[in-house]
Amino acid sequence: MSNNIFVIAEHIQGKVEDITYEMLGKAKGLAESSGGEVVAILLGSGVKDLAGDFAANKVLYVDDAQLAEFNPEAYCKTIESLVSQHTPRVVLVGNTSQGMDIAAGLSIACDMPLVAYASEVTLNSVTSQLYGGKMSVESNIDGDRFIASILAGSFSADAGKGSGATLEDAAAPDLSDLKIKFTKLIEPEGGDVDITQHEVLVSVGRGIQNEDNIPIVQALADKLGGALSSSRPIVDSKWLPKTRQVGKSGLKVKPKVYIAVGISGAPEHIEGMKDADCIIAINTDAKAPIFDYAHFGVTEDLFDVVPALVEKL
Amino acid sequence: MNIIVPIKQVPDLVEELEIDSSGKDLDREWLKFKVNEFDDHALEEALLLKEESGGTVTAIALDSNDIDKALYAAAAKGADKVVKVTGLDGNVSNHEAAKVLANAIGEMSPDLVLTGVQSVEDRDGQLGVLLAHYLKAPHISVVTGVSINGDSVTVNKEYGGGLVAEFEASTPIVLGIQAARETPRYVPVAKVRRAMRSTDMVEVAAGEAGVSAGTSISRMFKPEGGGSAEMLTGSTDDIANKLAEIIKSKI
Ligand SMILES: Cc1cc2nc3c(=O)[nH]c(=O)nc-3n(C[C@H](O)[C@H](O)[C@H](O)COP(=O)(O)OP(=O)(O)OC[C@H]3O[C@@H](n4cnc5c(N)ncnc54)[C@H](O)[C@@H]3O)c2cc1C
Ligand SMILES: Nc1ncnc2c1ncn2[C@@H]1O[C@H](COP(=O)(O)O)[C@@H](O)[C@H]1O
Repeated sequence: MSNNIFVIAEHIQGKVEDITYEMLGKAKGLAESSGGEVVAILLGSGVKDLAGDFAANKVLYVDDAQLAEFNPEAYCKTIESLVSQHTPRVVLVGNTSQGMDIAAGLSIACDMPLVAYASEVTLNSVTSQLYGGKMSVESNIDGDRFIASILAGSFSADAGKGSGATLEDAAAPDLSDLKIKFTKLIEPEGGDVDITQHEVLVSVGRGIQNEDNIPIVQALADKLGGALSSSRPIVDSKWLPKTRQVGKSGLKVKPKVYIAVGISGAPEHIEGMKDADCIIAINTDAKAPIFDYAHFGVTEDLFDVVPALVEKL
Repeated sequence: MNIIVPIKQVPDLVEELEIDSSGKDLDREWLKFKVNEFDDHALEEALLLKEESGGTVTAIALDSNDIDKALYAAAAKGADKVVKVTGLDGNVSNHEAAKVLANAIGEMSPDLVLTGVQSVEDRDGQLGVLLAHYLKAPHISVVTGVSINGDSVTVNKEYGGGLVAEFEASTPIVLGIQAARETPRYVPVAKVRRAMRSTDMVEVAAGEAGVSAGTSISRMFKPEGGGSAEMLTGSTDDIANKLAEIIKSKI
């Protein structure tokens, strides 16, 4: 075993995702405690220039046409092979769409315990956010080595930017017989409203109960000259278009005022809106995690308080 | 296609969550359970695929709280077969649950296994990915659309910002379903009751797990968070006034 901390870098459409820098920043502290180095793992085709601002001791990159786009099978095989060869002490992976395809399989392939949904990591314990953010759970690791999949937004991205990492070329394992083939990326359709450009967002969640009630919150957005955004279930129910979704698989927004109406505040939602200047939450459940991030909170029924507020404006 | 849909009961978060006396787990005695919402999507996608291309849909679950009802509901919605894996303590790690499910599903020669993408308590990793590794099958998670063309499948996987990657894959494959193409269908209770009488639930004994998560919970606690929200109280009218003032001052 080495004392090194591996960080699985994530990029898409030629851009490094912030989660990579967050993990690099965290890895620096872990490497100081373990006495090892921070090693970033970068997979792709013609990607080594992406590592220019990585705060790492070393970047181990694999350049292969089969890795040009993320492919769960090809990426898993390659990362499993690198981790088996180099036996790092800790592997940090994003708890992201890509990372979810990597972490659990790596745990079995390399016989390393995995702790998911991690928001804090030390060399012997990991804290996860479970139950939609309603509970924190601290796990102890049986041995020394482990994998943690990190919730985006847990650490500062700035701490993971730097320079001076040495680049080392690593070979890809045999990727000739893949059962999964990448075909294309499909861009989201443009919407009528760009919620990332609005200073006021009224955001609606499942507390609204049904589609017929949407005008209640739309009225508030209209009154404020803002836009209506939402949590994911509202979009999955097709009550609002995908372009209105805030969160992990939706858009990141940073309005002056974000009014969350009937939204519980699951980590996947929080990821998209926690940097808003002023967050107001209206939710009948006083224990809803959204109140941990809001500046102002109201535990009244939205069907009472929203119309009343429209009256006052 | 032979489509398998594993189903899981999870605590309903609408209820108050309390920590038990060990300080390491939820107090499960008074918890209300419901089917993981992503399983409704996985089952919906499976039924849509069956309606389009034929085949069979089997719902399978490890024995746990209220699981019979969940399996009969799946039958009422259109699953051809329901299977309960018995003899394992309900509250096991996902590594163990995945291994035991792999033992059972491996016997069924599946083409497609559609799991929910995640749940609220999979601390040691998403079960679908673990299951795929034990089955030695490939896996794609965060799936928002599946279509069948002959022996292969076209799969949409969602990234942030609504960007979607399309893959072509051979079967067997395990897919972690985030959202079905259609809103999951609803069944009235009467139909579930009828399914309860007309469906033969197959019981399978859990095979050896022989694996573990390799970690243990040392502490469960309610997140302090920022805890910073200033709570506005008073009559609805007072609250509306305060809110209006706050909002006006910020824009
Ligand atoms: C891979 C992945 C990606 C995801 N990406 C996203 C994402 O981008 N964005 C996103 O939002 N989610 C995302 N999710 C889903 C996320 O996990 C949650 O399921 C979702 O955010 C919950 O939405 P909600 O808060 O509207 O619903 P719920 O969690 O059901 O909350 C509804 C809330 O309304 C409150 N309420 C009920 N009635 C009233 C009333 N009358 N007045 C006031 N309050 C009331 C309730 O107390 C409750 O807190 C993702 C999940 C996965 C697995
Ligand atoms: N005990 C179980 N029995 C059957 N399926 C399960 C079980 N646990 C998890 N699953 C499946 O895996 C999905 C993801 O759950 P998990 O990763 O455990 O949170 C669920 O939505 C189910 O499809």
